[in-house]
Amino acid sequence: MENQEIILSVKDLEIKFDLRGQRLNAIRGVSLDLYKSESLAIVGESGSGKSVLVKSLMGLLDANGCISGGQILYGGQDLASFTNESQWLSVRGKEIAMVLQDPMTSLNPLKTIGAQIMEALTLHRGLAGAEAKAAAVEILRDVGIPEPERRAGQYPHEFSGGMRQRVVIAIAVACRPKILICDEPTTALDVTIQAQILHLLKDLKEKYDLTTVYITHDLGVVANVADRIAVMYAGDIVEIGTCEEVFYSPKHPYTWALLSSLPQLGVKGEDLYSIQGTPPNLFQPIAGDAFAPRNPQALKIDFVKRPPYFEVSPTHKARTWLLDPRAPKIDPPAHIQKLRGLRPLLDPELARLAEEGGMLHGE
Amino acid sequence: MANKEPLLQLNNVSVTFGERRNRFLAVDGVSFSIYKGETFGLVGESGSGKTTIGRAIIRINPVSGGEILYNGERISGRISREKDREVTRKLQMIFQDPMASLNERAKVDYIVSEGLYGRGLSERERQEKVAGALSDVGLLPEFASRFPHEFSGGQRQRIGIARALIMEPEFIVADEPISALDVSIRAQVLNLLSSLQEKRGLTYLFIAHDLSVMRFITDRIAVIHKGKLVELAPTELLYQHPLHPYTQALLSAIPLPDPAAEKQKRLLVYDPSRHDYTKDKPQWTEIEPGHFIYANAPELERYRTILARA
Repeated sequence: MENQEIILSVKDLEIKFDLRGQRLNAIRGVSLDLYKSESLAIVGESGSGKSVLVKSLMGLLDANGCISGGQILYGGQDLASFTNESQWLSVRGKEIAMVLQDPMTSLNPLKTIGAQIMEALTLHRGLAGAEAKAAAVEILRDVGIPEPERRAGQYPHEFSGGMRQRVVIAIAVACRPKILICDEPTTALDVTIQAQILHLLKDLKEKYDLTTVYITHDLGVVANVADRIAVMYAGDIVEIGTCEEVFYSPKHPYTWALLSSLPQLGVKGEDLYSIQGTPPNLFQPIAGDAFAPRNPQALKIDFVKRPPYFEVSPTHKARTWLLDPRAPKIDPPAHIQKLRGLRPLLDPELARLAEEGGMLHGE
Repeated sequence: MANKEPLLQLNNVSVTFGERRNRFLAVDGVSFSIYKGETFGLVGESGSGKTTIGRAIIRINPVSGGEILYNGERISGRISREKDREVTRKLQMIFQDPMASLNERAKVDYIVSEGLYGRGLSERERQEKVAGALSDVGLLPEFASRFPHEFSGGQRQRIGIARALIMEPEFIVADEPISALDVSIRAQVLNLLSSLQEKRGLTYLFIAHDLSVMRFITDRIAVIHKGKLVELAPTELLYQHPLHPYTQALLSAIPLPDPAAEKQKRLLVYDPSRHDYTKDKPQWTEIEPGHFIYANAPELERYRTILARA
């Protein structure tokens, strides 16, 4: 991974929001390198700052938020220093595009699907008229919408949730962006549709050589799509590593807690593991490790000094004092070991029989 | 579950929306029983009619055919006023989205106790009940004077649960109560629901679109597709040998939190047109004890050979 080209680099980013006269520290010094053609997943609870982080990459922060420190380096420019919309327009949509969570609200109900795709094509690729229309139909075909010629003339309400999300994806990739950010792309969808949309996103990533960033709190989705995982807590990345490293040998107590609370690890008749307490108040400065108050095994130093990143492997690092050579040895909870080699819910033998019987077909 | 006494029975229930040309059959001849003290899961995709069934049970959606029995007495269609008051007290619902299901302009005190008004309680009794319900769900009684926006998602869902509990219900329809919540909070809410069930002997109808959580909390599961039940079985049996292709497709689609398993997974797609029901009509059949499936004779034969091998 070391010799891979870095496409976007976030350095010591700090983002603050003004809320009712108080300052909220939404992002507290995040550094992150995004490699070309990789698929990075950012996971964390609501309020951990994962959406704010990616919104800042596109200049979509709410008016009361601002970047108060650090840099976002992309294509030789510092995006964090952008001050006006016209600067952002050269990046947003064209270089970095986004797929939002809810396909019901991210499309304009008054315009046809074709017109909404053509709008992006005209703006960024300078296509017009019949040319734009042909390109729009082509993109709809790419995202797996049947009869694209007819569907292009229809309105969003004539599409199902899954098809609408395909349209949103079509608009996002219409301008051939380099980076595609997917903010909870399947949360609003059914499981069967979710699987199809993830499949589509992976196909498009290969086809257009996209770098993808997923934001999600569904660890099952993460396991499916991610090359690397960044775990966020209280406006900070507490652990980052390859998908296998984070799932199979997590180091940060928060990652342990997050994995432990997965219902798939539950035992019937016993309580599920749940994280105690609430996330910290980001209006106040945080001393030490932000997760310490909720961590029953926290060390004394966790309450005093913010841990630096400790490198576990060239691709894996975590912000926890547990990795300091002087720290006592605390083992991760035993039951998260079960995550390695989870059995598929549908028995492969049954799946084979169903396929032979012609009742199911692979996608 | 022990004495197998059905608390709620649905007999051939249908629900339709719209008139004549726009008539839409949302629930099509659904029958099942829920036993006292059990957690019954109802799984299906959006538009399958699962929420409509839940709403028909608590008398929000009128049924157009069949009947719903509670403790052996009919609670669907026209019933007496007293019966209606009894049903609205004993059967309660918990909703999916705690952001949308609480009145933003009312205080928690009113939200939680709205159902108690007009039931002849003094103001002191009412306040005591509110305080009791809030502490039952792990909230402080002082929260009664706050507004919903002052709470986090998990706390709001607890308020929604308190609102159901205050009526001292026997039966709760939980319509995707954890779908809108964060992973870490899901566990808390599930634990709360199961401890309440233990303490109060509640019976749950748990509606969800995701089979992964259901395994952990339900005793039996019914799978619904386009308004029809396709399979019903005790939970472990359903996971061990799911027979209906739709159930299998649902199981194959669930993402697993294990990268190795997830990356080699094959996604299977269900295509209802593959059923050949032209000659032989499908029927709701018990294929093994407690395991029901919607299939015709040739399909049943195939399922039986699969069962014998499993």
